[in-house]
Amino acid sequence: MAVIEIKNVAKTFGSYQALHDINLTIADQEFMVLLGASGCGKSTLLRIICGLETASEGEVWIGGRRVDHLPPKDRGISMVFQNYAVFPHLTVFENIGFGLRMQKMPDDDVKRRVERTAGLMHIDQLLSRYSGELSGGQRQRVAVARALAMEPDVILMDEPLSNLDALLRMEMRAELKGVLAESNTTAIYVTHDQVEAMSMADRISVMHEGKIVQAASPIEVYRNPAAEFVAGFIGNPPMNFLDATPQGGGKYTVAGHSFDGPSAANSNLQFAIRPEDMKLSDDGLQAVAKVVEPLGAHLLVTCELDGKLFRAILDSEMQVKPGDVLKLAPMPDRIRWFDPATTLAVA
Amino acid sequence: MTTANTDVVDVREDSRKAGRYVYVTAIVLLCAWVIVPLYFLLINTLSSPEAVNAYPKSFFPEFDLGSLTFFANFAGILTALKNSILVAAMTMVMSIAIGAPAGYALSRFEFRGKELFRLLILLTRAFPLPLLALPLAVLFIRTGIDDTVFGLALVHTTLAIPFAVLITFSLFSGIPLELEEAAWTLGCTRFTAFTKVILPLVLPGITASAIFAFVISWNEVFAAAVLTIENRTLTAFLLQNLDTSPLHLKFAGGFILVVPALIFIFAVRKYLFAMWGIANR
Ligand SMILES: Nc1ncnc2c1ncn2[C@@H]1O[C@H](COP(=O)(O)OP(=O)(O)O)[C@@H](O)[C@H]1O
Ligand SMILES: [Mg+2]
Repeated sequence: MAVIEIKNVAKTFGSYQALHDINLTIADQEFMVLLGASGCGKSTLLRIICGLETASEGEVWIGGRRVDHLPPKDRGISMVFQNYAVFPHLTVFENIGFGLRMQKMPDDDVKRRVERTAGLMHIDQLLSRYSGELSGGQRQRVAVARALAMEPDVILMDEPLSNLDALLRMEMRAELKGVLAESNTTAIYVTHDQVEAMSMADRISVMHEGKIVQAASPIEVYRNPAAEFVAGFIGNPPMNFLDATPQGGGKYTVAGHSFDGPSAANSNLQFAIRPEDMKLSDDGLQAVAKVVEPLGAHLLVTCELDGKLFRAILDSEMQVKPGDVLKLAPMPDRIRWFDPATTLAVA
Repeated sequence: MTTANTDVVDVREDSRKAGRYVYVTAIVLLCAWVIVPLYFLLINTLSSPEAVNAYPKSFFPEFDLGSLTFFANFAGILTALKNSILVAAMTMVMSIAIGAPAGYALSRFEFRGKELFRLLILLTRAFPLPLLALPLAVLFIRTGIDDTVFGLALVHTTLAIPFAVLITFSLFSGIPLELEEAAWTLGCTRFTAFTKVILPLVLPGITASAIFAFVISWNEVFAAAVLTIENRTLTAFLLQNLDTSPLHLKFAGGFILVVPALIFIFAVRKYLFAMWGIANR
């Protein structure tokens, strides 16, 4: 239970700047996901909050206390590592109780706390095993239980599910979300998997090249990307982009058709639309189907439109062959506009 | 066509057989190279002094403890044995106490000149001891640690440290940093994380490298012979009495020297393989 404030944090490794002026406030008991491609600085930011890395500049506050000069153990945090980091020389019981023993908690209390946390994570049958005798999924449960047993103010997780196979990951995702919601801790969760981010987060911070591009609720990030990068990163497949030229008076020409756009701007813009936000209509944009992928739930058609690749998600009952001409009408309220000069959204 | 094919197969089969033959012979020869002298040592140690000096030799030991008893009663032997154990034990403790922290630092911290430092550690082994012996002896006499067990242990420690550093370096490097970091987040300081997490994991390996240091000291003869007079270790003592002592004493002495070394090295072979980068099963 604590608010986390990150103020003007920057990090350089030698001459390489991994983080640029990060500002972020995470509310008490919020589940914040740091989402971004590999190498964008997510782990570095998390490790700075944790105290495993020192910021080159800026401050970290947890629960109203400035912590950036404190070692990890004095910050009221626990961390779950990508490779589990379960101690191989200790049993599952001693792993979960490790932090409690370091606090010199009496044996009875340790036992009670370990058993309760193990129950939460469904590993109460494994307490006497060693990590060598556990599967990857079980190890991950031990790692989470060990962090939860500390009853920390803040729990930090660095890609905790990325070493699990797809099915297990989906199962753990839901379970982890439930357990964390009940524990009343503030959580920061690092992932490069947008499905994980969308499904678990109260709020997503999308990171790109050491900067936070947008911090908002999953649906906001999805519907109203703050920048071209977010629009092109979130969604599978992501948004389509087309060139738009102003006609004046808030009208823009896109692939030969006229659309209402931002009236304030009067320069070339990027017109963006999600693949599923298209209807077939006679007055739609003309697109030539190139690749047709039936995905069961729907049909993914990659077309050429205005000389660019353009993806549309259509009903799976549609009969489309490569070479067919489709007339795709974007849903007007789903169209978004970006300024190519700043790459930011314009309304 | 078919005949040609079978010919090819035959040739291949032949060369495979020949290769196998060479391989087996080489292994037998290598084993014999090591085992035969050891076996003769064993026979002669476990035979009576008369049998040792007699001719022809038996191929089987008599299981007579006469030679060993003679060895045990030979004037000065037990003191020499005690000295050997003392020096080796001191070497073991000092080389680990100095080598393990260095190995840890090498594996966990980035610092300038790290590569050079690693090279220098190895280079200490390239420096011939005979070249050092005279200045060392002078230095020891000046500081008053000549002819002492401690002084000799110092020299043996310098011989053992490179191995201690390199073995512990590879041990610590084999332990993921994340384990240590996890310990830090769970309430450990750098020190308690080391004692509670790293140490239990590396202890078997540290023991191995300690034993290796023990064996290095146990087998060392040159420095021991040059730097001690009264407080001779077993190796130096036997060397000193090489001309005058009877044959059975030499055999028994050799046996006493070889056996602990063999047992220890056998016990820690896994770690020595790991150290030389040979994958073990
Ligand atoms: N200890 C380090 N030394 C030098 N560069 C580093 C170090 N840690 C991370 N980096 C660099 O910082 C960038 C961000 O790394 P990281 O935060 O691990 O990315 P992510 O977790 O988003 O994949 C990467 O380009 C990485 O190479
Ligand atoms: Mg990472």
